[in-house]
Amino acid sequence: MTGGRDGFPQLVRAEWTKLRTVRGWVAGLVAAALAIVLFGLLSATASHSSCSEGPVEVPCPTPPLGPGGVAVEDRFYFVSQELDGDGAITARVTSMSGQIRLPDVTPGVRNVVPGVVPWAKAGVMVKAGAEQGASYAAVMVTGDHGVRMQHDFTEDVAGSPGGVSPAEPRWLRLTRAGDTLTGEESRDGKRWTGVGTAHLAGLPARVRIGLFAASPGDVTLVRNTLGGSASASRFTEMTAVMDEVAVRGATAGGDWRRDDVGVSLKLDGTPHHPGGLVRNGGTFTVTGTGDIAPDSHQGTVERTLAGALVALIVVIVVAVLFVTAEYRRGLIRTTLLATPRRGRVLAAKAVVVGVATFVPALVAAAVTLPIGRDVLSGNGIFTLPVGTLTELRVIAGVAGLLAVAAVFALALGALFRRSATALIVAIVALVVPYVLATASILPDEAARWLLRLTPAAGFAIQQSVPAYEQVISHYAPASGYFPLPPWGGFAVTCAYAALALGLAVRRLNREDV
Amino acid sequence: MRRELRAEWTKLRTASGPGPLLLGAVVLTVLGSALAAWAIRCPAAGCGEDATRTGLFGVHLGQGLIALLAVVAVCGEYGTGMIRTSLTATPRRITLLVAKAGLLAGLTAAAGAVAVLGSVLAARILLPGSGFTPEHGYPPLSLTDGPTLRAAAGSVLYLVLVALLSVGVATAVRDSAVAAGTVLGLLHLFPAVILMVRDEDLQLLLWRLSPVNAGLAVQATTSLPAMPIGPWAGLGVVAGWAAAALTTGALLLRRRDA
Repeated sequence: MTGGRDGFPQLVRAEWTKLRTVRGWVAGLVAAALAIVLFGLLSATASHSSCSEGPVEVPCPTPPLGPGGVAVEDRFYFVSQELDGDGAITARVTSMSGQIRLPDVTPGVRNVVPGVVPWAKAGVMVKAGAEQGASYAAVMVTGDHGVRMQHDFTEDVAGSPGGVSPAEPRWLRLTRAGDTLTGEESRDGKRWTGVGTAHLAGLPARVRIGLFAASPGDVTLVRNTLGGSASASRFTEMTAVMDEVAVRGATAGGDWRRDDVGVSLKLDGTPHHPGGLVRNGGTFTVTGTGDIAPDSHQGTVERTLAGALVALIVVIVVAVLFVTAEYRRGLIRTTLLATPRRGRVLAAKAVVVGVATFVPALVAAAVTLPIGRDVLSGNGIFTLPVGTLTELRVIAGVAGLLAVAAVFALALGALFRRSATALIVAIVALVVPYVLATASILPDEAARWLLRLTPAAGFAIQQSVPAYEQVISHYAPASGYFPLPPWGGFAVTCAYAALALGLAVRRLNREDV
Repeated sequence: MRRELRAEWTKLRTASGPGPLLLGAVVLTVLGSALAAWAIRCPAAGCGEDATRTGLFGVHLGQGLIALLAVVAVCGEYGTGMIRTSLTATPRRITLLVAKAGLLAGLTAAAGAVAVLGSVLAARILLPGSGFTPEHGYPPLSLTDGPTLRAAAGSVLYLVLVALLSVGVATAVRDSAVAAGTVLGLLHLFPAVILMVRDEDLQLLLWRLSPVNAGLAVQATTSLPAMPIGPWAGLGVVAGWAAAALTTGALLLRRRDA
């Protein structure tokens, strides 16, 4: 740290004095923080949701939680035995067939065609219990994605590609040793290759071991006239034929239990789309519907921070004015006389405007996210739970994005020296791509490119739930899924801010003011 | 009035900003429309996309520069102190505002017409390559088609209204950064906020109030019955915003010292 009058701390202090003594700017930064709180809480309060059970309105059911606390979908048909301690199961899958309901051609008439959806799955599984959300590991054959080993809903490892047919069956084996599950596959039942291993922490001694089948709903996207789109899931069902089933270990002895895990009941008490088992000697024909996967149909926590977009515009205005006002009033000449090293002035300004934006925004986001989530849950709207670290990243990330945006806008202000031009460029670079990508008629792929290439890429920092490869969902900016990873997107915005700052310093050093 | 219009024209003509801004608005609009027409896909008949609306997508981008043009034209005078000279020469302040608004509306209409024609032409060339072919139920985009003509003319009118709205806001707040921030916020925040509220009635209300959403309903040709507001009523909403902004601006201009 340099002492004396032109040390960097003194510069920062001078710039801070300039910022805090203009009432409109302070008001702007406070208003930006308040916008986050007010928009978040008002929109949460104004949103309600309920489900109907026949004529009665009831609270919507909340999804079960998996071992990691992740909201999951856990719906499949399970044919299992109880296993004490270590053991293994082997089975041969010889065929997969099913039916898919397509969008109705004639309204009201079910349009069902034969077929298997890409992520329909059948195979062998070890699960802590038959209840929804219990820890599991499974080796399976899928509709289009070959052999996979999956565990605890979010984890997915690929085995060899290809489907199954009676001519080309596939043997699957899952071995349990303590907490460790090992998956293997074979084309002939003799030579085995490993697919993957899973460690299920805290797996009880007594588990279920058996065969399963599931078939996730087929997703159709409906473009919403109000902007964005809604996805609708249609019923599908899959039937797998498995034989040469062998269970090794301390089991109850050939007594197969049948569980239609997660089945919902109709009003008259009968199951809705039941699965089933037809057993013919050693041949098991298992029919199932649903999916064993992370839930991606519910709202996310970052929705409560949507007021950040309002805050962003206010912050951009203040940051631009923070530098252009000096040019308009001629103060910049005094400033540069006092500090001839011009680049440092801009650096001090950037630090001041960045910190002055970050702190109030951080407080606002930290207050709004938990309260907004509670209000939403009180109004019957479930938000997907995420870990504390992720939540902190979303909160700090939104505040950080605003701070970087402020630095970017400041740099543009110093670069163009005219407030209106700098402001329009900042908004066209940061706000417009985000709005066009999320709320317009742009096709998804164009929207993704916008959020890869423009400074608006940094909005990715607020995405709390990742896109899962093993789940078909509408993973597009309009649904809150960004093309870049959170910190990657944030880095893009930072790079733009750094570039603008560099150009601004260059102009400041080379030209008269 | 002719005198005032001439004076405004001289001021605008001799400033360095307006020319490039108008040109920029035209280029950005045509480019945006062309990119949208190129990027969108219609793989089969009944893909449900609105070809006309896609072909006029660039208006979303061009409106920002039109707003900037209006803001610069108004606030520039406050920045340089020219406004005091203007008001001395034309003591009837409302006349001054009307002349400025009229001139900017005219310029925007001219640039908007060029931009929209360019967009339609670009979309007519590019859309068939994206699958919008007669076999898929999309005849080539043409202004002789009633709804397309309405969408094109409506888009020009929309841009004019955005310019008037900006003149009103700029006159009211006087600072170019705050004015541009207010106008762009008004234009871009509504669509984002609509996505974040989950209550459908509130969504509908916001949609009908939103200048961009309601105003650009005039571009819709295929999904009109599903639109929450009719095309002309939607332009009426933007006209309402513009009238409110101009009235506020006029009242403040008359009351305040310059």
